[in-house]
Amino acid sequence: MIPFSYARANDAAAALQFFANGAAKYLGGGTNLVDLMRETIERPARLIDVTSLSDSIEETADGGIVIGGAARNTAIAEHRLIRTRFPLLSRAIVAGASPQIRNMATTAGNVLQRTRCAYFYDNDAARCNKREPGQGCDAIEGFNRYHAILGASSACIATHPSDMCVALAALDAVVYLQGTEGKRTVPLSDFHRLPGDRPDIETVMRPGELITAVELPPKPMAVNSTYRKVRDRASYAFALVSVAAAIKIEAGVVGDVRIALGGVAHKPWRAMKAEAALRGQPATDVSFRAAAELELADAKAQAHNAFKVELAKRTIAAVLTDLSGDAA
Amino acid sequence: MSMFEKARETAQGVMQTVMKKAVEVAPDSWMPGGVPDPLIAAKHGHIGRPVSRIDGPLKAKGAARFAAEFRLDGMVYAALSYSTIAKGRIADINIAAAQAAPGVVLVMTHCNAPRLNPPPKFLSQNKAAGGDDLPVMQDERIHWNGQPVALVLAETQEEADHAISLIEVAYAAEPAATSLSEAIGKGTETGSFMGEPLHNEIGNADKAFADAAFTVDSVYRSPRHNHNAMEPHAATIVWEGDRLIIHDATQAVAHTAWSMAQIFDLDETDVHVTSPYVGGGFGGKTLWQHQILAAAAARLSGRPVRIALSREGVYRIIGGRSETEQRVALGSDRYGKLTALIHSGITPKSPNSALPEPFIVPTRSAYAVDNMTLDVQVCTLDMMANTFMRAPGEAVGTFALESAMDELAEKLGIDPIELRARNEPDKDPVGGVPFSSRNIVEAYRSGAERFGWDMRNAAPGSRREGEWLIGMGCATATYPYYRMPGAAARITLSDNGRATVDFAAHEMGMGTSTVQTQVTADRLGLPLDKVTVRYGDSTLPGVILAGGSQQTAAIGMAVMSAYNGLVGELLKLAGNDSPLAGLKPDEVVGINGGLAHRNKPERFENYASILTRANRHELVADGTPPMPFELQHWSMHSYGAMFCEIRVNAITGEPRVSRFLGSFDCGKILNPKTAASQFRGGIIMGIGLALTEETQFDERNGRIVNPSLADYHIPVHLDVPEIEIMWTDIPDPHTPMGAHGVGEIGITGTGAAIANAVYNATGKRVRDLPITLDKLFR
Ligand SMILES: Cc1cc2nc3c(=O)[nH]c(=O)nc-3n(C[C@H](O)[C@H](O)[C@H](O)COP(=O)(O)OP(=O)(O)OC[C@H]3O[C@@H](n4cnc5c(N)ncnc54)[C@H](O)[C@@H]3O)c2cc1C
Ligand code: SF4
Repeated sequence: MIPFSYARANDAAAALQFFANGAAKYLGGGTNLVDLMRETIERPARLIDVTSLSDSIEETADGGIVIGGAARNTAIAEHRLIRTRFPLLSRAIVAGASPQIRNMATTAGNVLQRTRCAYFYDNDAARCNKREPGQGCDAIEGFNRYHAILGASSACIATHPSDMCVALAALDAVVYLQGTEGKRTVPLSDFHRLPGDRPDIETVMRPGELITAVELPPKPMAVNSTYRKVRDRASYAFALVSVAAAIKIEAGVVGDVRIALGGVAHKPWRAMKAEAALRGQPATDVSFRAAAELELADAKAQAHNAFKVELAKRTIAAVLTDLSGDAA
Repeated sequence: MSMFEKARETAQGVMQTVMKKAVEVAPDSWMPGGVPDPLIAAKHGHIGRPVSRIDGPLKAKGAARFAAEFRLDGMVYAALSYSTIAKGRIADINIAAAQAAPGVVLVMTHCNAPRLNPPPKFLSQNKAAGGDDLPVMQDERIHWNGQPVALVLAETQEEADHAISLIEVAYAAEPAATSLSEAIGKGTETGSFMGEPLHNEIGNADKAFADAAFTVDSVYRSPRHNHNAMEPHAATIVWEGDRLIIHDATQAVAHTAWSMAQIFDLDETDVHVTSPYVGGGFGGKTLWQHQILAAAAARLSGRPVRIALSREGVYRIIGGRSETEQRVALGSDRYGKLTALIHSGITPKSPNSALPEPFIVPTRSAYAVDNMTLDVQVCTLDMMANTFMRAPGEAVGTFALESAMDELAEKLGIDPIELRARNEPDKDPVGGVPFSSRNIVEAYRSGAERFGWDMRNAAPGSRREGEWLIGMGCATATYPYYRMPGAAARITLSDNGRATVDFAAHEMGMGTSTVQTQVTADRLGLPLDKVTVRYGDSTLPGVILAGGSQQTAAIGMAVMSAYNGLVGELLKLAGNDSPLAGLKPDEVVGINGGLAHRNKPERFENYASILTRANRHELVADGTPPMPFELQHWSMHSYGAMFCEIRVNAITGEPRVSRFLGSFDCGKILNPKTAASQFRGGIIMGIGLALTEETQFDERNGRIVNPSLADYHIPVHLDVPEIEIMWTDIPDPHTPMGAHGVGEIGITGTGAAIANAVYNATGKRVRDLPITLDKLFR
């Protein structure tokens, strides 16, 4: 770990001001950032602790919810309104990490956590375009069981590891940002980038910007939603494939549907093609499978993760069938 | 010279054939264990009771001091830098920034490290403890990816970690052997283990296989595994003049003391190793580079040193289990009587490691078959020295053999338990000697009944609940009974009626101190609170390895020898005025805090009285057990029947063990509580072996890619169901207390029981561990 200085910000303005002094990183629960600092992958000269910023979870006038950037993952998962109106979000959060880590992890930190690609972590010996653009990518010809099958590039095949973000993507969540130039919002689905030739640039954030909150717009259909995570052990493992979905069925026909995938891409993958194909279709296993096929049509597997393509299709279909219940 | 004196001379190395034959045919009564230990028959003692661990409260309170918790005046902290190439040399190493970093006391590299002798490699000599014998930091050579290239000492751990990150190394890489297929292409040779070639042949297995009515011929693979004891390796080290004191986390205190003396050119008595508590060993806690380099740095700096490896450090410089590719070919008649058994294969090792993974060992004594070929071929890779890991050989060997037996049972349409019973040997098939105690059929019978084996439908894929396919499988567990030479014990009896027993053994969480307190109390006829066990210190008697599941037997026999000496002395001291007058040692027993005639309990005098009358405050007796000839005279093993119920998700392929039962035949169980924990722990590790664990070794550069508990998957709580444990409790008449080791057997057979259950659930035979979901959902 490289020596650094530490300051605690009591509000967004103070955090932004601290940041202006340069070479800083915001510190949430530290469950990802501190690990990366130990490996000297992140080398901030200053840490600005932003856990004193808003951690509230509040209902909006129209029935949505605004979650403060510093709200702990556990608090979100346990919140009564979230459990009843957005059950997929609760389930996604408790499917991730461990209780201890979730108690520390913040909303903003979770959104901004970095990939678990083992070569990205091996700062001493591996080549990685995400750490150092142009260096090469040791994962492409190495162990890539956990890597992407959608939207990857020849520069990087890493995945975004968050469970929570997959649910947020399905919920049309909106990220609230605040920088020295003011405030703005970005839909979560547009917030993370695909790797392209600059896998080191992972989001659309500008330098120094803060995540102050995440908004869940009202979504009545989300009461019928869930999250399914497929992994190598029963707990405490990252997703090989995960599916967050919500569906509304009217008279046996798909009225509306939201699907997002985890473990398959450099970002939480909103399955727009599958959604579009399903709207207005009969809510049957056949339609669900066909929609999944369509979404995965462009999938490109690596040496060790070809199974993910079929696994993703099956999991999408199984989740939708499950949510359809008697309606299907 | 008597036969036994002669034997003593030769027993250090390979036992000569003549000698071996002589031991085989000698009368039972000449053998250690030839006369049953009186404790086997004893009832109403402490043995067999579920005594809670005496170290339990200390650990719960955090009062038990582990190796990295010794605090010494002026102590500095160590950090290591590891090589990033597998072979070559250090072309340049820049330490200027590290040296200038805050708090740094020393930067040690091959340029300034003291000259050291190579570590004595395990099994090469009696007390050798080294995982390999490579010189490290003695020149610029690199032998494996992860080899330590620099060590920093600093005033705090954080300063050491920071400084180590500032060291820059330029390497001149050379072509390295890091690809298994290329290494095999370069040629293999027959492996050897404990001085014997890993090759056995009886009859003509190839011909019998070709002639067999029913056959199975399959190849099974197991990946590398790494040690992940809860406590990562650590040591706190100080030099007092030319005396070296090491507070270590080790399963070999005396071996380590002697080996460090060789490395640093010291007298063995000038090295003092303590290891009061060890947070798990499993074969990995021996002598590796961290203790050696930290001791060298302590000498250079003149400061006490604490070295505590990071989890990554454990992966880089502590060996693990090597991978295997095993062929098992079975031939049988139509009734399932085996006519041919071939178990052969390949395993890579490092050029300097102490063993090739000896996967054929469990097969030697498994089944009655007249034609058998067993063979381990070894190739070498430039990698971290592979080493002993819980049941080396048996853990992965039983996976292959017992999977193949399941395949054969299915071909024959015979129940897998019945198939095993039909091939139950009446003597050791390879050695030809009788078994000391083997009740495997009974273990299967009782286990099957309790598990509900009769509920199993032999047709694969026939049971389903919702998305979950459910299957059952079984397999045989087995592990040798070992008792290594070199043990010793000392009993000190005080005139206040208390006894202390000393031996240089280890408490790694198994319950050794508790169980040996029970055993000693029973031997002496004392209550538990009158017995103190001292262990974990190289200055105590004996050279006792906590390995090979042999510690309980080795200590048991040593304490028995010390006790025999003690009784002789006590009878002498008691003299003619005692009710014991005229009695011989084998006529008395320890009971009620004293000695009594075996059959006339009224002839009794308590210890305090004997000592007081003799004007003695205390009486000390040392015991050295006889050489372990019983291991040649009988075929001695532990056994188990393992039963697994598994659920495999039909959509995703996720395998989840839903029930497990281990039915063991491991002699007399000394403490049901600690023994059950050992069995369970082994089975949990076996679940990891079957379903989740795999060290990813990047064949491009020989680097381990997943050196962390986030990426190397050991089972978590949710992966481990309720595990039922039961045992026959039939004592082995030829072992101390009638007991067998229980530490390693739990991991054996578990992999096959799970794989066989997976087959029963899904109809998919996975021969390539770990059984991950992608191998099942297709
Ligand atoms: C062993 C392990 C297992 C895990 N398993 C899972 C899993 O299965 N599923 C899963 O989803 N996750 C998993 N995680 C990841 C975990 O969810 C993240 O580490 C956590 O969510 C990060 O939150 P944090 O508050 O600790 O972030 P930090 O580590 O504090 O920060 C992460 C990043 O966010 C930035 N940041 C923090 N707050 C702000 C802000 N307000 N504005 C702008 N930038 C900010 C930091 O600068 C940093 O770059 C696991 C983690 C570990 C260590
Ligand atoms: S996949 Fe991406 S993160 Fe991993 S090594 Fe390649 S470039 Fe780096």
